[in-house]
Amino acid sequence: MGKVFAVVLTLITLVSIAFFAMHTWWLPPDISTTGKAVDRQLDETLIGTGILFLAGQLMLGCFAWTASDKNRAKKIKPFPGGAAPLVTAAIILVGIEIFTLTFVGSKTWGAIYLTAAAPDSLRIDVQAEQFAFYFRYPGSDGKFGGVHPEKIDDGSGNYFGLDPASDVAARDDIVAASLVVPVNRPVSLALHSKDVGHSFYVRELRVQQDFVPGLDIPLHFTATQIGKYEIVCTQLCGLGHYNMKAYLEVMKEEDYEQWLKTQSGQ
Amino acid sequence: MHDVSSKRIAHLHTAPTTFIRKYVFSLDHKVIGKQYYGLALVAVFVGMVLSWLLRIHLAYPGWHIPFLSKLSAAGAPDGVMTPEYYLSLLTMHGTLMVFFVLTNAPFAAFGNYFLPIQIGAEDMAFPRFNMMSFWTTFLAFVVMMASFFVADGPPISGWTAYAPLSAVGGDAGPGLALGQDLWAISIAIFCIGSLLGALNFIATTLDLRTKGMSLARMPYSTWAWFVTSVIALLAFAVLLPACILLILDRVAGTSFFIPGGLILSDKLQPHSGGSPLLWQHLFWFFGHPEVYIAILPSIGIIATILPVFTRKPLLGPRAFIGSMVAIGFLSYMVWGHHMFVSGMNPFSANLFSVPTLVITIPATILTLLLTASIYGGKMRFDTPALFCLGFISVFISGGISGFYLAQPSLDTYLHATYFVVAHFHFVMAVASLFGVFAGTYFWFPKMFGRMMNETLGKWHFWLTFLGVYCVFMPMHYLGLVGNVRRYSAFVDDYLAPLIPVHKFITIAALLTGAAQLIFFGNLIWSRFRGPIAPENPWEATSLEWTTTSPPPFDNFGGNHPVVKNGPNEYGVGGTDGNDYVMQNAAPKSA
Repeated sequence: MGKVFAVVLTLITLVSIAFFAMHTWWLPPDISTTGKAVDRQLDETLIGTGILFLAGQLMLGCFAWTASDKNRAKKIKPFPGGAAPLVTAAIILVGIEIFTLTFVGSKTWGAIYLTAAAPDSLRIDVQAEQFAFYFRYPGSDGKFGGVHPEKIDDGSGNYFGLDPASDVAARDDIVAASLVVPVNRPVSLALHSKDVGHSFYVRELRVQQDFVPGLDIPLHFTATQIGKYEIVCTQLCGLGHYNMKAYLEVMKEEDYEQWLKTQSGQ
Repeated sequence: MHDVSSKRIAHLHTAPTTFIRKYVFSLDHKVIGKQYYGLALVAVFVGMVLSWLLRIHLAYPGWHIPFLSKLSAAGAPDGVMTPEYYLSLLTMHGTLMVFFVLTNAPFAAFGNYFLPIQIGAEDMAFPRFNMMSFWTTFLAFVVMMASFFVADGPPISGWTAYAPLSAVGGDAGPGLALGQDLWAISIAIFCIGSLLGALNFIATTLDLRTKGMSLARMPYSTWAWFVTSVIALLAFAVLLPACILLILDRVAGTSFFIPGGLILSDKLQPHSGGSPLLWQHLFWFFGHPEVYIAILPSIGIIATILPVFTRKPLLGPRAFIGSMVAIGFLSYMVWGHHMFVSGMNPFSANLFSVPTLVITIPATILTLLLTASIYGGKMRFDTPALFCLGFISVFISGGISGFYLAQPSLDTYLHATYFVVAHFHFVMAVASLFGVFAGTYFWFPKMFGRMMNETLGKWHFWLTFLGVYCVFMPMHYLGLVGNVRRYSAFVDDYLAPLIPVHKFITIAALLTGAAQLIFFGNLIWSRFRGPIAPENPWEATSLEWTTTSPPPFDNFGGNHPVVKNGPNEYGVGGTDGNDYVMQNAAPKSA
């Protein structure tokens, strides 16, 4: 029975690893300036943990194979060296792995979440609500109008609760259902929610950030590839959670300017 | 060391004579242990059926399941569930499994039955508290199940009940009115039951050990239940007030978790000044230790059972116990790893990441010691032994993925994807349940006086072992693609190509679930038809094997065992032909 267990376990282990190694199901190509570091971190973790996974499962299978009690006269054998070398090895090897991952990983994390957005970033206000995202651009004056929750009226398209009648800055604000950005230009988002928690997740950017009601949460990125990518909600927000999505459209600078003009003309 | 044998403390209560006091409102820890086990069985059955329904809906959304429309005409018209009913059932699956199965079965059920016997006591320190803790938990279960039958059905906010979705009431969606009230009340009641139980376990372990039962001589399972009860005492003591605050936000107009200016159902909500992140902090301050409440008892159970079947002592007993204590201690420093992308200060991510990664050191030590204990053994491959091997394997698989999620820079991609689902199901759910299965096959003869059927047990093991890998390993791949969890349908462009993987998982889940029916059948058949169990069928050393199967009302028939050895005396030769020494037997000079 030990031998059967060893064979089954080895097969499970090899098949599991094969799908990782072959990249059968994999991340989409990254399109951001910070995503490469995330991918590198993932590769390093995959190699480190892949070795631990393989070694751990094969050791288990190997010991189960040899520990059969068929031979009743067999004497038990102590583990060579006892527990101390194992404990020391666990502390040192896992310790090194932890140290390396933390050292490299904290830089990767810092590049996304602990650095300020570039001063010339394109600022976009993002609002999440059950079950849509809306994106607000400051318009030609470069200023966002104030937000007044009591004025929010989805029926008339006033998703942000703007007050153009008495707020000059609000008059040229552009509100869109897609996040349209120029390629290679830093973008700085301010995320806020109208109702419950939501999340902003673009796989290709390798970023995810929750919207927390009551807070404005900054998030910045620079997209390096022109294209259209899905923005999906990853924080359970109610019955339409699965269907809450928008698109990130990365364009050439001139196309972006043209789009902006079209929007402001509407 | 507390010496009860010299004081000859009379049994704390007399043997019951009526049916009600013997089987219903019983003070006997063994009956209470069985009651917890029975409750966990009912909960796991419901939770498993829910998981089938969820999996069928994900992979075959058009299937009509007539029984569903009977359960909820609004939630599943024509037997096809609505998106909100999917979330309701998802919430109930998670809640039932985490609280009423993974907390109850390895900890409350086996702990109640065997902790007193393993330390040579006649009962728990506070038998009335003990009875109360079960019936409180039972009440919590009834209240939770009641949410199936209220107007909007169970809540749709998930087992984590994030505010303000869970706090603002029916304006946030279906199930968030009365269903969510019942959820919060049920969990608050559950906390009270768990706190009573934890106090009882701690007092019993510290105060009722028989003569010679030093802490170092306690079996690993007893150690695990003890460490777990300390964790539970601190964890449920935080969740209880959190639930009370949530209930106040919902019914009394307070704003602990709700900020101002929120608009739901086109209505400005009458709240201001609260913090949704406060709920997350309180919830995960409980929630992460809860993972260890679920897994540590199973680790202890496996460490107790494995040496019985390898016929050699567990390697490094002190390092093993030290690692369990270290995990318990560290479990309180890591809750923020559930919140890397939650909007809390991103500087704190590293602060929570490092202790999370550090936990892998004691976890690795535990795994290595268990694995190395098999080396050179004379392994008997009975069903409990197979589940021990399976436990080590799934614990490795689940632990490994923890390396990814502990790093904020990878969590930013993998958070809220199926990678997380794979991780916690392997490390917390499947591993913990393998401990429960091992414990059941191992202790059933002691609990019911009959052996379980070995052939059915082995079928159950092989189908379950293969099945859980087929169900949960592919979820890692889905996570790598970025497949978001808690979606009731996959409408995003990039998710469509993943449907075949979901179909594979669903079929595997249905088959693995069906294999559990073998286990249910075996339990029932063996209870009535199993061969009569001897006192010590497995040739184990701990004190429960020194008394009859099942033990008498006072566990040791009026005697108090005197302990002379640790629990680890396997593979010791001697003239009696046995290769082990019972804890209360004279040590072998050889």
